[in-house]
Formats: sequence, structure tokens, C-alpha cells
Amino acid sequence: MTAQPNPLLPTEDQPSQRRPTPPQPVHGAPGPNAPGMNKLVTFELNGRPVSKMVDIRENLADFLRNEFGLTSVKKGCEVGECGACTVLIDGRAIDSCIYLAAWIDGKTVLTTEGLASPTGELSDVQQAFVDTTAVQCGFCTPGLLMTATELAATGQTYTREELRRRIAGHLCRCTGYENILNAVELALQKTQTRAAAAADEEFWNTVSGL
Amino acid sequence: MFDLKALYEPTTVPEAVRLLADHPEARIMAGGSDTLVKLRDGKLGGLEWVSLHGLDELRRITLDDDDTLRIGALCSFTQVAESDLVRRCIVSLPEALLTIGGPQVRNIGTIGGNLCNGVPSADSASTCYAWDARLELAGPDGVRVLPIADFYLSAGKVDLRPGEILTAILFPHEAYAGYKGAYSKYAMRGAMDIATVNVATSIKMAPGGATIADARIAFGVAAPTPIRAPHGEAVLRGQAPTRALVGAAARAAIADTRARDSWRASRAFREHMLEELTRRSLLTSIRRAGGEIGAEQ
Ligand code: FES
Ligand code: FES
Repeated sequence: MTAQPNPLLPTEDQPSQRRPTPPQPVHGAPGPNAPGMNKLVTFELNGRPVSKMVDIRENLADFLRNEFGLTSVKKGCEVGECGACTVLIDGRAIDSCIYLAAWIDGKTVLTTEGLASPTGELSDVQQAFVDTTAVQCGFCTPGLLMTATELAATGQTYTREELRRRIAGHLCRCTGYENILNAVELALQKTQTRAAAAADEEFWNTVSGL
Repeated sequence: MFDLKALYEPTTVPEAVRLLADHPEARIMAGGSDTLVKLRDGKLGGLEWVSLHGLDELRRITLDDDDTLRIGALCSFTQVAESDLVRRCIVSLPEALLTIGGPQVRNIGTIGGNLCNGVPSADSASTCYAWDARLELAGPDGVRVLPIADFYLSAGKVDLRPGEILTAILFPHEAYAGYKGAYSKYAMRGAMDIATVNVATSIKMAPGGATIADARIAFGVAAPTPIRAPHGEAVLRGQAPTRALVGAAARAAIADTRARDSWRASRAFREHMLEELTRRSLLTSIRRAGGEIGAEQ
């Protein structure tokens, strides 16, 4: 029996669709008076203050994965298209693959590792993804959790159509997005109910204290 | 790792200008959402970069004393789109910016970077043309302000002189007071795509709302740079708005274009889409400006 060519491997007339690995820097030597290749960054990471030397050529996704072991930060496309590497910087979702690690000095960074409580209790957003079975292979999930967390923090309500636009920066190859939308909707509801309950409690505490 | 030879990180505008003067070969990086993708693809390797990321003074949106709307060049697309001030003055700018990339890219990319890239498809550019934006540049010889049309020189080339950075996009009071506008983009996909063509219009109705006092039509990807369409605009001024008039203006506007065949779309298709989008955009702008579209004559 002759070996069949593997249809999944690239051939000469069917080159791989994958982007080539980028060439590694060859121009390492900085010019005269140039600042060094390394820089100390001090920032808040998942609630803890940290300081670390960073190579100015590194992107934030690699920095978080390699220096802090935060592997929830996934690398999908590495060009800002898929959203798998999404983290919150000062509360806003960004693609950490197209963000220089050198820029986080003085900022606040939140990744999926920072969502659960110190005792391991899932956040409302995480629980909503579990409750609605919005996770299949899970590769897109950490990124979506961060965008959902950003949305929940606004305290606003969104229509389903608006939510579609809000999560448009994430690609999911498994779920077809319906359960993800259910999850985000549920997450926003949970957060709002909790906020309302907290406000109620505060009101009654104030009243009963009078 | 990105192939950067050096990264300079100024924290003030004068420092940025000085660094650029000291390092004439250095490139400017704003939000990085374009440059870092190019670097990832192996382009622009081995260069020195001046990162403007630390210039927080350019992340503000304010009204000057003379009511000029001032948008700092480093404001992210999201920041501009969510600004109440922008929504009040330039209604269609948020519309245009929200068609760029996805939310996470709009939190990184800056309006100044979008304009300085010089690509004719830049979503912010045609709207800036349609609202008579002026650009403020700081350089070794001081500050200069120029109309956006003078800034775009040719495809991919803008009038950014050695040592200069774009500091603000300015909309003088007379450029926006009384105007309403709209933005339409045609791309192959509904989101996360580059415009095949885009159209921005703005309209000011005469007091009473019966006739059009002023009209501006601007195109992206209709020529090597974004352009205005004076022939189309002239058809509208002083006239009562009707569907026929708007159709005639859209047809006349095509005379101002220099669309070309490219792999994205043929010239004929671009012209067809430009005309149709102009018609729709004008109708929306007129309605938003309080005009009523009269019956056919
Ligand atoms: S890996 Fe960053 S957006 Fe795809
Ligand atoms: S669950 Fe597999 S990519 Fe979304």
C-alpha cells in the first residue's frame, strides 16, 4: 500500500494558510545613547503590585505567559484579529498580542486568573459561562471572559444585537456564539442583580441605623 | 519579539520632538495596532522607534475658548466614539470610528495614528474631510495648523515633516455648528474589515429648514488620498432637498473621483457603490439636519 499524502499538511501547490513565524530580531545592538533593551515595569497584576524587567521588544501576551505563567492569555492569530489574548488594562479590553509589554508601567492588568475570589469561588461572569455551557474547546473562553467582565463593570444593559457587536473582536471556532451570547447576557443580569441587592442592603442598613 | 532596534519613550510633546530630531531615522509608534502587526509580519524590522504611548496630555477631548473641538491625537477610537462632546459636535464621527476593527483594537488604536498612516481607506479620514478638520502639528520649529486636505499628499504620504508629531485634530466652531452628518462604509464583511469605499457627508440646513445652506461630501478610496467632491456639493447648495436633487448630487460627485481597479474591487464597482452610498448618506444627513425630503418634481 502506498502512503497517502496527509491532506492536512501543506504541499507545494497548497501552501500552509498559517502565517509564518516572524523572523527573530537580528538587529539587537541599539544605537549610541539608545535606552537599553530592558526596562523595569511596575504595575498591578490581578490585584497584586509587581515589578519586573521587560525586554522592550516583547509583547504583553508573551510577557504575561512567560514571566508570570498566566497561560489563560492565549495566542491565536497574534495580529489583533481573534481576541484570544484579551486582557483588561485599566478596565478596558485590549489584544495583548499587539501591545508592547513596556507600556504597562503604572497600569492595572487583569487576566482570567484574577477573576475568581481568593477562596476559588468563580466570578459571576465565569459562573454564567459554566451555567450556559458556553465553553467547548475553551481556547476563546478566557478572552471572552475578559470582555464580558469589562461589559459587566459598565452596569449598562445591552440588547442582544449590541452584545453581538461588543463581542465582535472574538473568534470562536466551536460554539456558534449562541451560548456565548446567552452567557454574556446572564453574566450582566447576575452582576446587576448583585449590584441592586448591595444597594438595597446599604439602604436598609442606613435606614435601620437612623 | 518584535524586531525593534530601540524604543524611546518620551512623556511630553517637547521631549518627543527633541527625540525625533536627535534620531532622524526613528519611526513614530502611536497605539501600535498597525505598526506592531506589520512588525509581526516581518516588515519594518531593525528600526528605532519613538513611542508616543506616554504622552497622556494628548489623550484629552476638550473645547477651546473659541469653541473649537480639540481631539488629542492619542485618543483611542473608543474614547472618541464615547465622548459626549464629540457626539454633540460631530455626530457621525463615532459612527465612522465604530466600524474600525473590533472593540479591543478600538481600545488600542488612536485617531492620530489612523490619520498619519495616510491610507485612503482610514475610517476617520473621510469624516474629518467632511467636517473641515484642521490638524495641529508640533515640531522643532513650533506648532503649525493646517487643513486636513493639505496634510494628505499622496497615497500613504502625509505632510509630517522631520521631527513633527500630530498633536490634535481640531474642528473650529464654524465647521460643526448647525451641521449634521452621516458615514457609510462598504466592505466585504460587516465587521473587522477595511473599507472598499467609504462616504462621509455633512449638511447644514438654512434657517427654517426649507433649503440646504451647505453640503460637504467626502470619499475614502475614491482617489489616492481621501477627497472632497466639490461638484456634488455645488448641486446641493441653496436648493430644496428632493430625492431627485440628491441623486443628481451623487452622480455629479463621481466626477471628482479617481477610482482605480484593484484586487479589492473594480473601478466601475467602486463608482457604483460611491454613488449609491452618497445618495443614502446625504438623505440621512439631510434628515438629521432637520430637512424634509420633498416629493419629486
Ligand atoms: S492572539 Fe491577539 S488577537 Fe489573536
Ligand atoms: S470554545 Fe473553542 S474556540 Fe470557542
